[in-house]
Amino acid sequence: MMIGIDVSKCMHCGACVGTCPVNAMFLNDATLEIYDNCIDCGLCVKVCPVAALSMIKK
Amino acid sequence: MEEFDVVVVGAGPAGSITAKYAAMGGASVLILEKRQEVGSPVRCGEGIARKWIDEVGIKLDKRWIAHEVKGAKLVSPDGTEFRIDEEYAGSEVGTIIERDIFDKALAEDAVKAGAELRLKSAVRGLLFDDNGKVSGVKIESLEGAYEIKAGAVVGADGFESQIGRWGGIDTTMKPNDITSAIQYRMVDIEPDPDYAEFFLGTTWAPGGYVWIFPKSETSANVGVGILLSNVKEPGDARKYLDRFIENRPGLRKGKVIEIVSGGVPVSAPLDETVKDGLLLVGDAARQTNPLTGGGIANGCIAGKIAGEVLAEGAKEGDFSRSFLMKYENGWRDRLEEELYRDWMAKEKLIGLNDDTLNKMISVLSESDIDELSVYRILEEIRKRYPELVREIEDLL
Repeated sequence: MMIGIDVSKCMHCGACVGTCPVNAMFLNDATLEIYDNCIDCGLCVKVCPVAALSMIKK
Repeated sequence: MEEFDVVVVGAGPAGSITAKYAAMGGASVLILEKRQEVGSPVRCGEGIARKWIDEVGIKLDKRWIAHEVKGAKLVSPDGTEFRIDEEYAGSEVGTIIERDIFDKALAEDAVKAGAELRLKSAVRGLLFDDNGKVSGVKIESLEGAYEIKAGAVVGADGFESQIGRWGGIDTTMKPNDITSAIQYRMVDIEPDPDYAEFFLGTTWAPGGYVWIFPKSETSANVGVGILLSNVKEPGDARKYLDRFIENRPGLRKGKVIEIVSGGVPVSAPLDETVKDGLLLVGDAARQTNPLTGGGIANGCIAGKIAGEVLAEGAKEGDFSRSFLMKYENGWRDRLEEELYRDWMAKEKLIGLNDDTLNKMISVLSESDIDELSVYRILEEIRKRYPELVREIEDLL
């Protein structure tokens, strides 16, 4: 699995970044990045207030 | 390489107040803000009380006050209301502000005090010296990528803080210490202009609350926070908010002119907020009130303490962990007891069913209680329903 980002929905609010238990995300003012140390826990998908993230099959 | 005594990451209220007091005390200070504009986009319900702002040296300013209320109104799942005067209603009730203007005003104070501010400057990582002390930051900005040396780095980078984790401070929170929040700024509605309203219950906000903070007679911030551990499907927060609005005749026909989303920390205080050459402040330090989710008051109060300690550190050339413990001890003396008590109250509150909430708010609405403190509320409820309070009597 991996995390998919729907850039048209992302509000750049950082709810996912602060929630990530392994610090595998980075957000500057406009772009969200997910790093290889992601453990596919899905917490970022759940915390996103606007459902911009999803678990997708690799 | 450029060098500053203090590099503050994030130009929110906590960062700007920290920078202001550090600069006033003679430190050379740089504030880095990843966005192109301070205070925008807003990520806040925008409610603050008047009572704490003197303490941090802010003057009420009509430039950033949108609206004033008499107090708070708690609404139970069955619709029972409990009103409380502003003076006794915590740190978030009294004025509804324009956060973008408020943040700019605080940043202005900081630069007038001598701090330098650089916008569109995202910090990508920390620098460390041979002894493992934080010694600077890596920046990506309009000017490209570069590095800056710092005596101390301040993580004022909000809920999504990474500075702490990069520097070895564990700021990770459990799902029941995180709130997923969304808010609409609505116009053409009929809010109660005299009260900041809080709606409790599993129907509207499981493990959280819905708020209506009036910004005028006909507009308001209407938002919801849902505990992450209670989120079932992605996007639940928005669904709960839409459903609440659909069920309120005064809101249903309103129009949305702004959407705000974000995460809110509602955890117990961290075990540590300082390392050699590093300290955390505000939401980044999880100093947010875990019962209300309000972060401005505590961020500013802790920021002033941080700034004063950093100014002293600059004079003595000491930003070691043991020196920065002055900040750690200072903010804990001022805030920790309340934070911990409110976190325990939150832990209890999120387990209550609607029936119990109805009983509690009904007791309060019939009582002569005049203070919205956990202590006073529990005392009052114990008189009528001692069994509700038995398990949390240690809070009293």
